[in-house]
Amino acid sequence: MTVTTVEHVAAHHDGHEAGSLTTVGFWIYLMSDCLIFAVLFATFGVLAGNTAGGPGGRELFELPFVLGETLLLLVSSFTFGAAMLNLHAGRRAGVIRWLMVTFVIGAAFIGMEVYEFAKLIHEGATPGTSAFLSAYFTLVGTHGLHVACGLLWIVVMVHQLLRFGLDDIARRRLACLSLFWHFLDLIWICVFTFVYLREFV
Amino acid sequence: MTGNHPPVPSPHAADASHGSMRSYAIGFAISLALTLGSFGTVMSGVVPPHLRLGVLVLLAVVQLVVQLIYFLHMGTAKSQRENTAIFLCTGLLIAIIVAGSLWVMHNANVNMMPGHGMSVPQAMSHE
Repeated sequence: MTVTTVEHVAAHHDGHEAGSLTTVGFWIYLMSDCLIFAVLFATFGVLAGNTAGGPGGRELFELPFVLGETLLLLVSSFTFGAAMLNLHAGRRAGVIRWLMVTFVIGAAFIGMEVYEFAKLIHEGATPGTSAFLSAYFTLVGTHGLHVACGLLWIVVMVHQLLRFGLDDIARRRLACLSLFWHFLDLIWICVFTFVYLREFV
Repeated sequence: MTGNHPPVPSPHAADASHGSMRSYAIGFAISLALTLGSFGTVMSGVVPPHLRLGVLVLLAVVQLVVQLIYFLHMGTAKSQRENTAIFLCTGLLIAIIVAGSLWVMHNANVNMMPGHGMSVPQAMSHE
């Protein structure tokens, strides 16, 4: 017990310094992730017209469905914000509740995306059909994979909060997860603008 | 055993970079309006076709900035300056990668695809 107290005090003492350093480090990771998406967007931009006689985005995409996905992700960004406010107020139950709400909304987004992909493939628009569809599945799929990782991370954090409570480590990890989750919404803004809406201009 | 402490005021509670209910609500409301604006631009047909792409890009950029400020708490405050600088640097790299790729590949496509009947001198003067 004494040992834990000493460790706790020590962790608390330079908690701010280490915490902000971790956040900056995580931010650098996010920026490198940004570059991955930039390359995927550039690839999609180059290949968007190469449908190789296959169907184009206009025939394949359904905008009301995409609007639904967009709104889910936007609302989940807001509910994650609510979780962070509870974190700063020190309310563990509130943090867990809002994290679970965020998880459900994020899972609904992934469900919609998987349904969309399955429908496209069922209609014969597979990643192998044309360069346009290869680029489309790679770009949107990579974003979906990130969201799925975010969901896993949320589950892990809920477990850690239940088990260890709101300590400095949890605060630091949740600050990183918050950046990650909001960052994915930023990427999605570019996806719905340049992948989906641009097809209908 | 753990986690049942009374809510201790966090040492960073007064830090402006954490946001408040109000800032999240404002960010959410503006983002929602901009998203509906983007979809409305294409789905309603109010905006003339030749202006649509420009409007879409403008709405997307504004929404990116809004979310960076209200959700990711990016700003010029001392605690955020580092993140903002790194972000701006990445933004420059992204602009070079995306614009450069599109530019180079567009020219390669126009000048070097077979069947255009264009000779090398013609391709060079085309530029």
